[in-house]
Amino acid sequence: MIKLKVNGRDVSVDADADTPLLWVIRDEIGLMGTKFGCGIGMCGACTVHVGGQATRSCITPLSAVAGASVTTIEGLDETDSHPVQEAWRELRVPQCGYCQSGQIMQAAALLKDIPDPSDDDIDAVMTGNLCRCMTYLRIRKAVRRAAATNREANSNV
Amino acid sequence: MFEHKLGQRGNATSDITRRGFLVSMAAAGATFGFPLSVRAAMDPATADGMPVDAIGRAFEPTLWYSIDTDGQVNVNIIRAEMGQHVGTSIARILADELEVAWEDVHITHVDTAEKWGLMVTGGSWSVWQSWPVYRRAGAAGRTALIEAAAKNWGIAASQCSARNGQITGGGRSVSYAELVSAGLSRSFTQAELEALTLKPHSELRLVGKDVTALDIATKTNGQAIYGLDARIDGMVYGVPLLPPTRLGSSVRSIDDSAAKDIGGYMQTLQLDDPSGTVPGWVVVVGKNLMAAKKASQKIKVEWQAGDTASVSEADIQNHARELIADEGVGSILDTGVTDTGPVFQGATDTFDAEYTTATVLHFQLEPVNATAFQNDDGVWEIHTGNQWQSLILPSIATALGVEAEQVVMRTYMLGGGFGRRLNGDYAVPAALASKALGGKPLKLVLFREDDAKFDSPRSPSVQRLAMAFDAQQQVIAMEHHAAAGWPTGVMFPAFMPDGKNGLPFDPFAIDGADHWYSVGAQKVRAISNDLANRTFRPGWLRSVGPGWTHFAVESFMDEAAHRVGADPLKFRLDHLLANGRNAGSAPNSVGGAARQAKVLKRVAELSGYGRTDLSKDSAIGIATTFGQSRSMPTWVAAAVQVDVDRVTGEVDVRKLWLVFDCGTVVDPDGALAQCEGAALWGLSMALFEGTEIENSNVRDRNLNTYTPLRIIDTPEIEIEFVDSTEAPVGLGEPGTTVVAPAIANAIFNAVGVRLRHLPMTPDTVLQALQARE
Repeated sequence: MIKLKVNGRDVSVDADADTPLLWVIRDEIGLMGTKFGCGIGMCGACTVHVGGQATRSCITPLSAVAGASVTTIEGLDETDSHPVQEAWRELRVPQCGYCQSGQIMQAAALLKDIPDPSDDDIDAVMTGNLCRCMTYLRIRKAVRRAAATNREANSNV
Repeated sequence: MFEHKLGQRGNATSDITRRGFLVSMAAAGATFGFPLSVRAAMDPATADGMPVDAIGRAFEPTLWYSIDTDGQVNVNIIRAEMGQHVGTSIARILADELEVAWEDVHITHVDTAEKWGLMVTGGSWSVWQSWPVYRRAGAAGRTALIEAAAKNWGIAASQCSARNGQITGGGRSVSYAELVSAGLSRSFTQAELEALTLKPHSELRLVGKDVTALDIATKTNGQAIYGLDARIDGMVYGVPLLPPTRLGSSVRSIDDSAAKDIGGYMQTLQLDDPSGTVPGWVVVVGKNLMAAKKASQKIKVEWQAGDTASVSEADIQNHARELIADEGVGSILDTGVTDTGPVFQGATDTFDAEYTTATVLHFQLEPVNATAFQNDDGVWEIHTGNQWQSLILPSIATALGVEAEQVVMRTYMLGGGFGRRLNGDYAVPAALASKALGGKPLKLVLFREDDAKFDSPRSPSVQRLAMAFDAQQQVIAMEHHAAAGWPTGVMFPAFMPDGKNGLPFDPFAIDGADHWYSVGAQKVRAISNDLANRTFRPGWLRSVGPGWTHFAVESFMDEAAHRVGADPLKFRLDHLLANGRNAGSAPNSVGGAARQAKVLKRVAELSGYGRTDLSKDSAIGIATTFGQSRSMPTWVAAAVQVDVDRVTGEVDVRKLWLVFDCGTVVDPDGALAQCEGAALWGLSMALFEGTEIENSNVRDRNLNTYTPLRIIDTPEIEIEFVDSTEAPVGLGEPGTTVVAPAIANAIFNAVGVRLRHLPMTPDTVLQALQARE
């Protein structure tokens, strides 16, 4: 049994220690929002937060997250209204949507690390996330919009 | 029970709205005999994917929708959702004529019952084909509701009008909900439907306006359900071991002794496939996916390989050249005067060029997968993402040895289609593996490398173009010979039309070559590359043939212009003449070549084509296409500004400008999204992606070596649509077709080298630059 926290809840998993976190999340815990794309950490569809850091769950073994706190797309915001999710809906970023859980998790982590990213920052961080529908123009805009929303919220505090 | 099993997917939400409550009531009652159809359908707007059940006795004026006693409209969509927001586009066409509020519209992606007719999502056809059908369907409902209200009020129908789910007339008003509650049962014959009066364009209230897309919210919170997310009680997992050749391989022996001690490993199945879809397949079964995957790495299979085991990309391309050199092979398209031989012989000047394109992978981000089982009613359920249900269902039935009615497919959201899932071959081994386990639910997953190896890639192609000029340097003839694997030829030959010489051709491997330029005598010859067809399954890939035929045509038009010392823009415009066979015809190509000329002129203006203030080694190139086919042209023009680095050979695309005339724009934001994505696919295939066949299989199978466009290389794009009230055509692919030639032409304008192969990699740019010096 390996214990970890997923979206704030304690979870005990009975799976091999080398099982990728992705498949634990999807098939053992049953949260299907995190996606499988390449299996080698190069498409970003499987991105979750581990201890607040964007992490490729497809190449992260279960043993590496023992005791850690994992957040998936389902746990990003209680009402699905994280500024990144809002921006994604307002600008209608998703096409097929398959990569977008990973894009959103990556973008949320980006804004935590760099609250006011330049376009180069956005490109440098988000380029690890492949979008086969090529929604890149809207991803760029949506990250900027979410950053602006955060700034407004902070200035009102 | 079947219904019970379908009810197990997803995370149920505790959405206790009145509607949500009634839905759960209906679901509880489902075990008492709801038709199969209801349970195998899908609504992308709901958390569990289940369609919203009608309240009360619904009114169904046609097959395409119903209105319930709450006034809620549920529109049946036979197309698959793969990012095009297709339900949103189609439902709005209907809702507009029906005169209902968008908030009251829901969509259901239907099951695979025979009544829906041909189910295919591709070709950029969905909106184009749905436009007349769903408009009439909406008008039928409006007419029936108006007639019912008029009768109740004892006034003439002409005194009543419909708007926002209400009929008003003679100072009174009544809602659709009330009329449906009172009971309404009017249906329409085909003749009656055709006779209905449709609204004039000026009265359209939803078409062309911004409305909320119905599939987007669940794609931002992890709720959207894709094939890979299917969950069935008692499900086991399968991972394949793929044979050395796509066709003709057979298993000699299987040794799973090294896998026996892997926890969760169950067994290894050697598939016996009467449909011939997956010869030589072996499926490793595990209690969970990783058990099956780990076991698959320990299992040794020996195959007898098919006879294409050593075939390479060069073999295929050389074979294409041999075929092109043989004037006796291939289908000649009807392009008017096709006897070009005498014209070329009498010409003052002729020139020709060869263009080639490499194999391209779909690399849709969700690897192909399917879940199959036999339910308690004996029906085989296939849970998967699919673009052409009608094509694969007969193969699945043959594979299982059952009647077609015994197989039903539930189509999930597609984690990318791009044509890969037009060929639903991956569902067959899932069904066979389940059958081998006595009908037990099995989810077959192809890991990325297997997905790539088993892809139906875009075939490599070879094209030879030639042009003849008279003494005044006027174009008097043109030839276009194209050889490639034919997707339609191998998958569905009955779909192929005959050419002028009575031989069939695959339109998806030649469309585009039959362009709208007036060039005198014109011969277009489509040649099936049989070596490609035997080596792999040629696939339909976003923009299909026009993705490479236009690269040749539009590169060649630039070359031809330079040959006679003309400006490429003026040269094109001089030959885009809307007369003869290029005059166009109603309803789809009204205006003909004049509309293509118009978008080209516009993109030249927008981009500042011809400006002289750009830095050294930087230039703008142009190209124009008509999207997918002469029968439904989407007029497109592009300009691209590139900087070429003479040291590294890198081509930096600075900006893309695109102008589209697709007739009526139904869904403006969706249209823009499709054009953005399509254009970037064009850019990706022009510069960044491509593979080769090596020993019968694609060489690149994951992102470590296969390198599609990423955000960091994505340029600024400016897109404009021509304001039009003509019939809407397609937008999923046309934007793809125009980018590669515009880049090739820009590279020529920047540094004077002509690249005639896709992808145009830094190496090929450097080689061309060195060859020139």
